[in-house]
Amino acid sequence: MSKSKDLAIDQICIGDIAPGCRKVDPILIADGVKRQFGGLTAVDVEHVEIPRGLITALIGPNGAGKTTFFNLLTGFDKPNQGNWSFEGRNLAGLSPYKVARLGMIRTFQLTKALSLLTVIENMRLGAQKQPGESFLTALIRPLWIRREKEITEVADTLLKRFKLDAKREDYAASLSGGQRKLLEMARALMSEPKLIMLDEPMAGVNPALTQSLLDHIKDLKANGTTVLFVEHDMHMVRHISDWVIVMAEGKVVAEGPPATVMKDQAVIDAYLGAHHDSDLGALAKPAASRSTKKGDTK
Amino acid sequence: MDILKIFTLAIGEMLSPTTITFVLCALGLAVHFGFTGLLNFGQAAFAAVGAYGMVISIDTFKLPLFLAILVGLVCSVLFALILGIPTLRLRADYLAIVTIATAEVFRYFMTTIGFSNVTGGSNGLSQFGSEFWALNPIPEGNYNFGFATYRADQLYVLMVGWGAVIIGALILRLLMRSPWGRVLKGIREDEDAVRSLGKNVFFYKLQALIIGGLFASVGGMIFVLNLSNVQPQVWTTNFTFTIWSILLLGGAATILGPIAGGMIFIAVISVTQGLMSGLVELGLLPFLTQPDIAQIRLLLIGLSLMLLVIFRPQGLFGNKKETQFNV
Amino acid sequence: MNIALRTAMGGFGRILAALIILFSIFGGPLLSQASAAPTDGSALLIKGTVKNEKKPVEGVEFRITGNGVDEIATSDSEGKWQLQVEKKGIYKVEILLESLPEGVGLRDPEANIREANLTFTNTAAVLFPLGKDTRVIQPLSDQIIIRLFAGLNLGLLLAVAAIGISLIFGTTGLNNFAHGEMVTFGALFTWLFHVELKMPLLLAAAITIALSATFGWIQDSALWKPLRKRRLGLNQIMIVSIGLSIILRQLYILFFEGGTKVLSSEYDKVVLGPINTTSTSIWSMALSAAALAFVAWFLTRTRIGKAARAVSDNAALAAATGINVERIIRIVWVMAGALTGFAGILYGLQFQANYLLGAQILLLLFASVTLGGLGKALGATVGAIIIGFVVELSALIIPIDLKYAAALIILIVVLLVRPQGVLGKKQRIG
Repeated sequence: MSKSKDLAIDQICIGDIAPGCRKVDPILIADGVKRQFGGLTAVDVEHVEIPRGLITALIGPNGAGKTTFFNLLTGFDKPNQGNWSFEGRNLAGLSPYKVARLGMIRTFQLTKALSLLTVIENMRLGAQKQPGESFLTALIRPLWIRREKEITEVADTLLKRFKLDAKREDYAASLSGGQRKLLEMARALMSEPKLIMLDEPMAGVNPALTQSLLDHIKDLKANGTTVLFVEHDMHMVRHISDWVIVMAEGKVVAEGPPATVMKDQAVIDAYLGAHHDSDLGALAKPAASRSTKKGDTK
Repeated sequence: MDILKIFTLAIGEMLSPTTITFVLCALGLAVHFGFTGLLNFGQAAFAAVGAYGMVISIDTFKLPLFLAILVGLVCSVLFALILGIPTLRLRADYLAIVTIATAEVFRYFMTTIGFSNVTGGSNGLSQFGSEFWALNPIPEGNYNFGFATYRADQLYVLMVGWGAVIIGALILRLLMRSPWGRVLKGIREDEDAVRSLGKNVFFYKLQALIIGGLFASVGGMIFVLNLSNVQPQVWTTNFTFTIWSILLLGGAATILGPIAGGMIFIAVISVTQGLMSGLVELGLLPFLTQPDIAQIRLLLIGLSLMLLVIFRPQGLFGNKKETQFNV
Repeated sequence: MNIALRTAMGGFGRILAALIILFSIFGGPLLSQASAAPTDGSALLIKGTVKNEKKPVEGVEFRITGNGVDEIATSDSEGKWQLQVEKKGIYKVEILLESLPEGVGLRDPEANIREANLTFTNTAAVLFPLGKDTRVIQPLSDQIIIRLFAGLNLGLLLAVAAIGISLIFGTTGLNNFAHGEMVTFGALFTWLFHVELKMPLLLAAAITIALSATFGWIQDSALWKPLRKRRLGLNQIMIVSIGLSIILRQLYILFFEGGTKVLSSEYDKVVLGPINTTSTSIWSMALSAAALAFVAWFLTRTRIGKAARAVSDNAALAAATGINVERIIRIVWVMAGALTGFAGILYGLQFQANYLLGAQILLLLFASVTLGGLGKALGATVGAIIIGFVVELSALIIPIDLKYAAALIILIVVLLVRPQGVLGKKQRIG
């Protein structure tokens, strides 16, 4: 069972559990972050804090604004207003690469394995402080070859851990969906991030791999990395997360330990309220595949 | 029809200064498109900026040749900055439209009568070659290589040109095997992913644009030095798309590709034109006349662009493995 | 090798075959005519005839420059002039306005410099239509009115041609670089039917529009659809369209020769206040406006039009709601073909035709579409009219041979400041 039981609530948060409650040791604090598309408000988070050293799940129905919130926090999208800080450093207006350099690395919902790079090259690209990545030093091999060897060593260790070492020299394009997820996660770890943000790590992964993915996420925590991950399947979340934050219609509607949150009326409402939404999704899929089939037979 | 002559002619064209220019431009485009994924449809303008920068420095400002070459290269860098800073943040197809538009604007400016006292207008400029030719170390005379006989000055241009190609290719090889090159390839595959790993994608793209542009500028300089004149109507979109054909023929993400691709492409066109011309002479192609043959060149360029992209996107020298994936 | 590949290959073969058949059916008479008047292979000739009110004008001087040439040619008693040159290439021909008789001027006062393109052909005809001298210095307000009128005229033409680009981009994501050749198609085929085959103009135009629509249909069924099915990347498809545009241009030269094709040399003058124009221009503007109104009605009021807009917004969603996306795309291609061909007819009737016509305005079309917001068909109309005004009004301030440059600079600036276009809404990214 989850480790959340081992942790007393008051070791995580200060005062009562409520949406936006303060944490004992927050690593990431967001304040009044708002993003609108046209007339639609996609994200409107008043206040939220992510606890350090734990696994926090960000859940909510489709269209709740989780991925948009992720994009905002990591600089991939600009909010209309709001502030957020990472380890006390203000991140508002910072470009994505600077956010990443501070030790806050993200992955993507649709995996972004660099297809025509080999697995090992993908990994090496994740490393920081390679002098050979600047133009002039790149021309002089002795200046960067030592660092390259160090990087390769770290990469090989990680590949072994993620059971990708057999694929070392293959193009990332040849990996299966689940393996790409693993590669993306391993690549994110190359820079030894303080906070790793996983956007739906379980999406599209076959059930056989799901368990190993969950184990890897738990390992991250064991190694001292803070994890924040987006998921919309609540049951997946229960097993590994220490803390759960629930978003609906752009707002944080509830947070707390998994067991408590599951019983929260606001959460149930959020999911029930979005029920027709998921039904639509289920309907849309067969319709779409039907229409493509039609095209094929022509 | 003299088959032997057609083939010796083709070998001559394969090594000609025009081929050198195309090869250098294609190497630059490989940096842009093949390695970084930038859709630059204005490579002709990079060549023209280098050429005009050098020529105007000599012609109007009376600078010595090497300083003029430096000015040409600086112009090329500035051109890349002006083009790149605003556009490299935009979507790839926007870059395509902006580069092709900028190239055309540049050509209009070089053609207009308004600036003809500096640019020479549509007549171009031709009083700039003396210093270059004076540096020729090869003794006067004719040199026979079997397939062709070269004068000393012709040999000199070829030496300088192919020398530039070899040096350029070696530098590119170093760069593309370095971590710097790895970042570029990463950007080509997915720039957001590279951004999320802490790389300043915009800065890398700008560097790639500048370096690829410099290759084209050197190519442009060799082109105009060889002819001893520079004219605006050379640097059209057809020039750019010839380079694209060469790049796609050889393989976009390779270094050998643009070089071999350029030579093969020019040779194939030369042989085709020669053969067709011969056939017309013999009356075997009744529906074509001699002047029509000249158009075959562009027709082949268009055809190769289409067919290569559709059927052999990795080019002749690209990695076969790469095409196994429908990305 | 798979089926998709073979389809694409077959498709490509089909499109070429179709084109060649098309050209050989209609281009046949041309070829025989071309061979009936044998040309001396070695002589490169730039020539023309000057006439004013159907009478030849003698003693008019032309200055021909370029490729090291700088010479003057003078018209003879039949109004004919010519100059032999040695090098292939593009030459500039300037009519020396001082040499014109008193009271005679250019019908288009700005077009005193024209290009003679001897890149592919041995002769290039350069025409300078004459008319009443309008060189009297006009007050600035009149000049502006004249420019606005010319700008509106050009803008409407561009709009009709640009809607096709916009619709195609919206529904398929393709920036079609071969679109200019569809404009050329309209102009050249109208010349073929109307001037060469002596058909009445309306009949010639009707056949041309039908052929243009067919051309759009063939392009989509034989080339673009198979490529979409192979999931070729959009950038790759864009490069294919560049290849196609080059091929089409070369085929035009092969079958129509390189010179200027005069679609109509007789114009009825119309004077509106300070504006000197022709009935052709007035008709062209009215018909363009009508075509645009039709497209607007079609897109907003009909089921197919609404479906086309839905596909532009979100193809996957449209497919999920039961819209047959491929069918809509096919309809869009046919419509784009017809409209663009129609624009070519109007363009040719006013400004004459040659094989490069479409390529020359292609970037203006892209500028229009971008300005209006990519993929927004009605935005493209507004964008085109803005471009028309910019091109014409800029000539008040900058040299005339830079007026297209002005439009392209506007395009670049707009892309930098507002990539979503003047009318486009900010898009959600990611």
